[in-house]
Amino acid sequence: MFDFSQFTTWLHQTLLGFMPEWLAVTAECVLIGFALLLGYSVLALFYILYERKICAYFQCRLGPVRVGPWGLLQSVADMFKILIKELISLKHVDQFLFALAPYLVILASMLSFAVLPWGNGMQIIDFNIGIFFLIAVSSIGVLGILLAGWSSANKFTLIGALRSGAQMVSYELSIGLSVLTMVCFAGTMEVGGIVEAQSDLWFIVKGHIPAIIAFIIYLIAGTAETNRGPFDLPEAESELTAGYHTEYSGIHFGFYYLAEYLNLFIVSGVAALLFFGGWMPLHIPGWDAFNGAMDWIPGIVWFLVKAIAISFIIIWFKWTFPRLRIDQILKLEWKYLLPINLVNLVLMALIVVYGIHL
Amino acid sequence: MAAALTGIGLVALALWLAGLIGPRSFNAQKGEAYECGIPTRGESMAQFKIGYYLFAILFLMFDVECVFLFPWAVRMRELGGAGLLSIAVFFIILVLGLVYAWRKGALEWK
Repeated sequence: MFDFSQFTTWLHQTLLGFMPEWLAVTAECVLIGFALLLGYSVLALFYILYERKICAYFQCRLGPVRVGPWGLLQSVADMFKILIKELISLKHVDQFLFALAPYLVILASMLSFAVLPWGNGMQIIDFNIGIFFLIAVSSIGVLGILLAGWSSANKFTLIGALRSGAQMVSYELSIGLSVLTMVCFAGTMEVGGIVEAQSDLWFIVKGHIPAIIAFIIYLIAGTAETNRGPFDLPEAESELTAGYHTEYSGIHFGFYYLAEYLNLFIVSGVAALLFFGGWMPLHIPGWDAFNGAMDWIPGIVWFLVKAIAISFIIIWFKWTFPRLRIDQILKLEWKYLLPINLVNLVLMALIVVYGIHL
Repeated sequence: MAAALTGIGLVALALWLAGLIGPRSFNAQKGEAYECGIPTRGESMAQFKIGYYLFAILFLMFDVECVFLFPWAVRMRELGGAGLLSIAVFFIILVLGLVYAWRKGALEWK
């Protein structure tokens, strides 16, 4: 398979040819920044359209069709619309925290992008605690949401933020434990290593029942973590207007919207990484011709297709299940998912230590 | 690092752009808290249920435990049965914590 790190090393060598090292590294960082920005905005625009189209088809509508062919330019137009809206300055808010909160939310999703495995060697940074770093930075997002709700000094936002905080914090536990289960199985926290370990078979097949249970729990917790689907009561529009971002206007609101969709992508990207092999093509042991054919499809296509397919399931949840109440949400997490997860972890540990797997 | 700077840069750039091209109008009512059109009554930073705090404390306990389990998870194959046994002790204490919270009714939303 094509190794993208060949390209990055070539670029580094070429840059070193006519500039000192610090300048070369700075230039590379700028390049990475631009690539990240491009990927970020294209994905966000794509996801907004994707969700709108899917929800339209679920409700027997057509969805956006007017702007561009099949409504492809709808989200671009929306972006411009949101940019030219006024940023209302409020009298009663805590100005500093109010301005800080969108930065934190965007920062959390940007940092998670750094460790996602886009392709073979196509990763911004691949270090030994990759997946742990991902869990750590994704919890910055909770901070942003809590700050937004608190600093707005509005009853709706306060209740929305507290609900969101309780929910995200609880479900982070489930995400952490199901990631932990898969880390047990992989024996490494390095994202590249996890992907390499799945070169013969994906973990969801390799890991027997514990991997499947972990995947289901991860999917539920991931849905809750992104404040979507049946778990969207932090912004339950029929009772809290818009939840924690009620007081934000214009592009300030746009950041929350953006981060929500990007978090959806990150959650499904991590699911693709842990259970479906990241950028690794579908390999079946023994079928050499099939494996060879699969290798022709580039890694980035595999990764994106897997992530988008998993996000389809998460969007599907949203349009299928009714919204839960706060007590039901907490009960689901603490009384069902957490004990199941703990038992699952023990099961996985036994399987790994005594070697009862493929 | 590059990712973090890009994130901050994106927000700053977009805000600057929005400030540049967005319309401005001033109105005394505009700065008020949004309350579905009626004037705000009482303190905006209202009291909230103690339950949220309780769940945050519980989360803290279990999250720290989760962090402690990660190094063991990585070295699990090398540590083998002995490692499993020693982590089991830690694990049982933790499960006892959950059982205690459950029996005390901390997981109920009242």
